[in-house]
Amino acid sequence: MAFQKLIRERFFPHLWCPGCGHGTVLNGLLHAVDELGLDQSSLCMVSGIGCSARIAGYVDFHTMHTMHGRALACATGLKLARPSLTIFVPMGDGDATAIGGNHFIHACRRNIDLTAIVLNNRIYGMTGGQYSPLSGQGILATTAPYRSIDPAFDVVQLALGAGATFVARTTAFHVKEIGSIIKKAVQHKGMSVVEIFVQCPTYFGRKNKIGDAVQMLEQYRDRTAPLGSKKLEADPSLIARGIFKDEQRPEYCEEYAKIIARAQGKEA
Amino acid sequence: MEAVSINERWCKGCGICVAFCPKEALVLEHEKARHIPDRCIACGMCELYCPDLAITVDTSKKPARAKKEVA
Amino acid sequence: MSQRKSSRAGAGAKAAAAGHIHFVQGNEACVHGALYAGVSFFAGYPITPSTEIAEHLAERLPGIGGAFIQMEDEIGAMCAVCGAALAGAKAMTATSGPGFSLKQEAIGYACMAEIPCVVVNVQRAGPSTGLPTKVAQGDVNQARWGTHGDHSIVVLTASSVQDVFAITVEAFNIAEIYRTPVILLFDEVVGHMREKLIIPAPGELPVVERLRTAVKAGVNYHPYLPREDGRLPISDFGDVHRYNVTGLFHDIFGFPTENPEQVSKLVYHLVDKIENRSHLLARYKEFYLEDAEHILVSYGSSARSARHLVEGRRRKGDRIGLLELQTLWPFPAQVVREKTAHAKNVFVVEMNLGQVMAQVKQATAHPDRVFLVNRMDGMLVTPTDIGKVMRTVEGRGF
Repeated sequence: MAFQKLIRERFFPHLWCPGCGHGTVLNGLLHAVDELGLDQSSLCMVSGIGCSARIAGYVDFHTMHTMHGRALACATGLKLARPSLTIFVPMGDGDATAIGGNHFIHACRRNIDLTAIVLNNRIYGMTGGQYSPLSGQGILATTAPYRSIDPAFDVVQLALGAGATFVARTTAFHVKEIGSIIKKAVQHKGMSVVEIFVQCPTYFGRKNKIGDAVQMLEQYRDRTAPLGSKKLEADPSLIARGIFKDEQRPEYCEEYAKIIARAQGKEA
Repeated sequence: MEAVSINERWCKGCGICVAFCPKEALVLEHEKARHIPDRCIACGMCELYCPDLAITVDTSKKPARAKKEVA
Repeated sequence: MSQRKSSRAGAGAKAAAAGHIHFVQGNEACVHGALYAGVSFFAGYPITPSTEIAEHLAERLPGIGGAFIQMEDEIGAMCAVCGAALAGAKAMTATSGPGFSLKQEAIGYACMAEIPCVVVNVQRAGPSTGLPTKVAQGDVNQARWGTHGDHSIVVLTASSVQDVFAITVEAFNIAEIYRTPVILLFDEVVGHMREKLIIPAPGELPVVERLRTAVKAGVNYHPYLPREDGRLPISDFGDVHRYNVTGLFHDIFGFPTENPEQVSKLVYHLVDKIENRSHLLARYKEFYLEDAEHILVSYGSSARSARHLVEGRRRKGDRIGLLELQTLWPFPAQVVREKTAHAKNVFVVEMNLGQVMAQVKQATAHPDRVFLVNRMDGMLVTPTDIGKVMRTVEGRGF
């Protein structure tokens, strides 16, 4: 493994808490990129704000650490201006489904060739443990001292409904899946959404008495099952993992190239 | 050289590698992961699990016994 | 598909038949100016009274290999402009009223990350939805201070279709030289009025290209270390230098820092690079100021009414003149001070409750001689409106 060349080593050890799943996702992403053997100067990462956004500082790509929720909008401009770039967009709960929700559904609708990774930890970590649109009902958070009453979004259903052409889900326990799914997501031409359940032992786990990082990962192991598996069929309360959609639909920048050809009178 | 190397400066001692090593080849000592080479089969899982990017595994150093076992 | 770099200077003008006389709206002139300056990317969202800018660029940009995108909202449009600019494009957006409020977050990002870009605000009456189709000039202070935190920004305006063209080219040039967002603060009347436009031939007006770093691959590139002349050579995303861009306070590599010394240094850099060069950025026009006793100070469409009045009164022998500001921020205080030094009275003509008047009062040695002539009812301030106030001040009744 040679992920060292893909990171900015001088910033390690990273700023995430002990046992935080964000590092595991970074780890899986680096393995995926290394195995794909992509040209490093074509790699970009555009992030928003929060714990997840700090991933951008650690990878030796062209990195743009933007505003809360705005990563996909910035990435859309970057990609359309230079379609040859390979762009990763890591997002947290708020980035993807709260303040950035509009950018999220529209990036999916356009089917622009970006790889969005939603790090779902069901909490706002950087600000100290407030409930998020992914927390779900009955959760304890600093802004839900009597437990949350807000239902959660299902990121996979949201992405499917909005038109993303590659949609997958895995968890920080399923480390091999993280790598294999991200690889497929990058290779997919179009908008890819990969939801990864990540543990926040500091705020979510402790506050909701789920336990430490290991116990949270055990939950991911025990409470999820692969799509189409007997295990999932036998227990519908389990959460499905795997690739929900992998389809080809015209990609936004390629379609715009046709507009250019039409405007220049070069249309076939 | 051992198959597993641990960057102690990066390790935050979360215990994930220890909990999920299939061969119990890792332990926590003074809040840092420590590798027990005798038990290790160089499967590489701890490298992927580590949220601190502190572990690297040279999977080419799989002991013959382990290779057989995995196969 | 390759990178959408800005086209050769004037390439857009060529397509628009340079030299030919056009009869166009201010908003169209802005598009012609942007094309002349080499715009290659536009992201926007429909909003009155700026929409024509988006419509015309949607038609024109693909023809020169550029890109147009209608984003999901005003915020997204400004963000896409930031992204495209980092990829090497000369990028712009256009908006009005509430849309300008929404863009402020990403304008601040562009200030902090030193992203060259142009933001057009064709002003309408506010606050809130206000009067979408009516004129106002109430966003002068918002253009300066709309985003949070200490920063500086360049705000330009114009009063005629021909000037809209020229000032738009200037806006792109200033954005490149200073690595800053530049606001083009037009108003509904200027945006929608039709006048003659003569597009200069390529090369007639200077066009500043992006200054890209000469640092070779493998050599340390410091993206946020200004040169001695204050300029900051850029490396486009996708080129050999990989670095970080952030809205956080950052070091010369672009990585976040909380080091008090570096924080202070950066905030002073962001402000000083513009404020210390306000003399270079001051654009204005003057009419009959040499011997003027009464001086009107105005900008945008108000300046047209002011000029009409000045021309009329000059014909009658009145010693009256007009200082038309084209740079609103950094406020050209020195120009205003010098030009109004010998005036008996100064009348600031604008369509708000005195936003530029406050600056003029600060700039001049005699603030008690500065009077406001304004209208804030969605209607263009008229020469008659100006005349009434002047007669009152001069003690000649209504």
